[in-house]
Amino acid sequence: MIRSAAFAATLALASFTATGAFAQGKVTVVTSFSKDVTDPIKGAFEKTNPGITLDVQNRNTNAGVKYLDETKSNPQVDLFWASAPDAFEVLKGKGLLQKYTPKAEGIPAKIGAYPINDPDGFYFGFAASGYGIMWNTRYQQANDLPEPKEWGDLATAPYYDHVAIASPARSGTTHLTIETILQGEGWDKGWATIKNMAGNFQTITERSFGVPEAVNSGQVGYGIVIDFFAFSAQGSGFPVKFVYPTVTTVVPANVGIVANAPNTKNAQAFVDFLLSPAGQEVLLEPSIRRLPVNPAVYAKAPEGYPNPFKDPRFASMTLFDVDKSGARTDVVDTLFDQLISFQLDNLKGVTKSIHEVEGKLAKKDNPQARALIKEARDLIAAMPVAEADASSEAIRGAFTGSKEKGARQAELEQKWATFAKENYAKAKAKVDEAAKLAN
Amino acid sequence: MSLALSGAARTPARRWRLPGTPGQIALALGIGAFLLAFLIVPVASVIYVAFTEKGTGAFTLVNFADFFRTDLFLRSFWNSFYVSAATVVLASVFALPLAYITTRFDFRGAVIVQTLGFLPLIMPPFVGAVSMQLLFGRNGTVNLLLMDWFGFRIPFMEGLNGVIFVQAIHYFPFILINLSAALRNIDRSMEEAAQNLGSSGMRLFRRIVLPLAMPGYVAGASLVFVKVFDDLATPLLLNVKDMLAPQAYLRVTSIGIADPMGYVISVVLIVVSVAAMWISALALKGRDYATTQRGGGGLARRRMRPWESAVAYGVVGLILLLVLAPHIGLLLLSFATIWSYSPLPDGFTVAHYGRVFGESSLYIKNTLIYATLAGSIDVVLGVAIAYLVLRTKLVGRQWLDWAAMAALAVPGVVLGIGYLRTFFGVHLPNGTPLATLWIVIVLALAIRRLPYALRACYAALQQISESLEEAAENLGATKARTVRRIVVPLMTGGILAGFVTSFATAAVELSATLMLVQSNADAPLAYGLYVFMQSAAGRGPGAALGVIAVLLVAACTLLSQYILDRNQKNRGAA
Repeated sequence: MIRSAAFAATLALASFTATGAFAQGKVTVVTSFSKDVTDPIKGAFEKTNPGITLDVQNRNTNAGVKYLDETKSNPQVDLFWASAPDAFEVLKGKGLLQKYTPKAEGIPAKIGAYPINDPDGFYFGFAASGYGIMWNTRYQQANDLPEPKEWGDLATAPYYDHVAIASPARSGTTHLTIETILQGEGWDKGWATIKNMAGNFQTITERSFGVPEAVNSGQVGYGIVIDFFAFSAQGSGFPVKFVYPTVTTVVPANVGIVANAPNTKNAQAFVDFLLSPAGQEVLLEPSIRRLPVNPAVYAKAPEGYPNPFKDPRFASMTLFDVDKSGARTDVVDTLFDQLISFQLDNLKGVTKSIHEVEGKLAKKDNPQARALIKEARDLIAAMPVAEADASSEAIRGAFTGSKEKGARQAELEQKWATFAKENYAKAKAKVDEAAKLAN
Repeated sequence: MSLALSGAARTPARRWRLPGTPGQIALALGIGAFLLAFLIVPVASVIYVAFTEKGTGAFTLVNFADFFRTDLFLRSFWNSFYVSAATVVLASVFALPLAYITTRFDFRGAVIVQTLGFLPLIMPPFVGAVSMQLLFGRNGTVNLLLMDWFGFRIPFMEGLNGVIFVQAIHYFPFILINLSAALRNIDRSMEEAAQNLGSSGMRLFRRIVLPLAMPGYVAGASLVFVKVFDDLATPLLLNVKDMLAPQAYLRVTSIGIADPMGYVISVVLIVVSVAAMWISALALKGRDYATTQRGGGGLARRRMRPWESAVAYGVVGLILLLVLAPHIGLLLLSFATIWSYSPLPDGFTVAHYGRVFGESSLYIKNTLIYATLAGSIDVVLGVAIAYLVLRTKLVGRQWLDWAAMAALAVPGVVLGIGYLRTFFGVHLPNGTPLATLWIVIVLALAIRRLPYALRACYAALQQISESLEEAAENLGATKARTVRRIVVPLMTGGILAGFVTSFATAAVELSATLMLVQSNADAPLAYGLYVFMQSAAGRGPGAALGVIAVLLVAACTLLSQYILDRNQKNRGAA
């Protein structure tokens, strides 16, 4: 025992001296990006900055934010590198990032209607991404399904049980997609769209890349994803297509330097590299396929590559409000989970019945049945929380544990879950009634 | 009355004499400190949160009330319970015929069956789930072919059934190994006595063989139950959320850092796991399964009639094909170009192996170091604890055993979080937190695997007669020398078995690792696999790394089994 403890201590000491020796030429980044993205960038960065090693720690966005927060007393990482801008807002708000002015030139102030960099200089956009629908063309042809154009299309009967999404509580990019729909269509209408789509979901994955994975392999036909998942899959040869719906947004993926980073100088070098033309060109690689923020780089892009600086669709996209999103993040995520993720079977059951009855009504109309279906749809769409309340102190306090004494998080969750369960059951009863009339 | 008397008579004696040598006391204290630092304190630091009020940190039980008031958590609880129980049943269906046919009959290839049957255990369950999707998923190979030929699908992988299916395939070796060992240990004379009294066939099996093999079966089954109950990766991979372990993980990693519910669920997980182990121990209590004489290598092996032989080979072949399906799928995926909505990949390539080749050496090196260290720590602790419990009269020695076994019930995530909480505040001289060092990963792996090694060492020591040690001591050897020269050499078989199980399972552990890996340079294979598998552009490289991992661990396992066999043969010959 004593010997093994001594052995452990020696090992600990050895590894401590080893890291000490390399600290000079090291920079550590916490990122939600997959190896397909980080490997080529790491290679290019280390080539242009000899002597600096980029050490990549892979964590999902939420876990990464939490990790930085738990380790802020003694930061071990230098950079945070992820898609979701609101995660950077959270970090900035907690004082976990430091200011910097990148050396890069030729990068415009805005992409679409969205500012590329944080106006206060705490984080920097390096690539743009929009949200949309990807689908597997083999699956589509084999099941004889249409091509979708808008979010609402995914709510129609043919797509029943063919759609996948990641849970917004675990995927930063899906959270942005949901928030974009809520901001673009408004709270009530947006939730109605989301729940109508959700009635057709086959699965809600726990990781954002679970969706492209399922679509690529053909386990699911359609997926709600960030654009580069589809572009990189195309680049790798998978039979998939992608579309931007009208209500979408284009936002920058960002990088920021951690406050009190142990290797600040190297972290700055990485930011400068990422924004330089050489760094921006790496984004065009088939396994990455993100939209560079330097317009000049698009000259080297392959045929058909979307160009947000030229394509008029990008100029008319929804302007994403980071503050609004930040104020209600926990509430939106929890609502999604309690009303949709954990009630999916009930929601799917009533949606299936609605599709069937509407199919019959299309052949032989019955106004009474139509009215019942309308009532059922309203029951499904109803929300237990109004928009104004979602960002109220009382409800936010339940999630952050603030001094403001309201209901506990567990109580709210149970309340919302019961609300959804009862509403879906009532809706099912209405639809069953309508079904009798429609026959 | 007599009980009370004898108790009273013994107590004064204990007060006068030290209960053990100073060395034994120091050893016990050392082990106690180790378990306290690396198991009890980290786990307690997590459990503590479950009893505090959010925001204020005041003590409260309201969180547990919330647990039982929330439909989702109750549903998750029953789902976890149902999945664990159903997995035990399905795993038994796989394991029983394999164990019975290979031990009871003259069956060629019994060794191969036993070896291949161990293989599912050394594949990380989440990798298994990925390749099972490709074969048995809604649009996997089997279902696409079924749709084409017969126009229907079988929902192998949907919902809770999918979890049961994947888990049963992954964990059935626990039952197979334990049951085979138990069957081999049954005294042939028992069977012969029953036959002489006119019993045969099913009746003989039901009344004699099965009851005598029960301890092995219950040991395996309770292990499967507990492992499935706290397994995280498989339900997550199959997107099944309403089970307890995923709920704990989701709460802890997503909504609200101060949210106590994730920790409440962890406490429930630990309580249920401990209860399951306790009930299984209770089920066997009060009955004597030991047979006094060793009747020459277990049950009589019977020759099979031709038709029996055909059925046996058919059944064994089918089960092996099914349980090896994840490996077959993984192998296909690692060579596949594009595999999308088709029974087989579009084409084959070796490019994925090229991609992981450079990096895999790092992961392999780390894995070998971590798993070897973890396995070594486990057997050292295992031997020491077994010795203290069986050979000394130290007060509270049983507690060491219980504490070490409790590690079985601690979910990997809980341990990972506990380590972060406990050791992140502890700084090394240069300011780096203790929790960021890779040695912490080793310790987590060692603690998680300790129960396997401990049970193996315990069993090995039980089979050594104490008179051998007494003889050595009478001849003038010290206690320490006796242990070194007599006890440990005689335990070699058990120690190696414990090492192999610890090593092989530590090499593929992910749940604790995922929380603790701080740098790619320190990452073991399972973590590398997880990161590679995240690729949106195809999981070929991840699969290639997975194949390398399986081959590597299989080779190490075979090697140590070979050493073990040779060792036993040598001893038998001597």
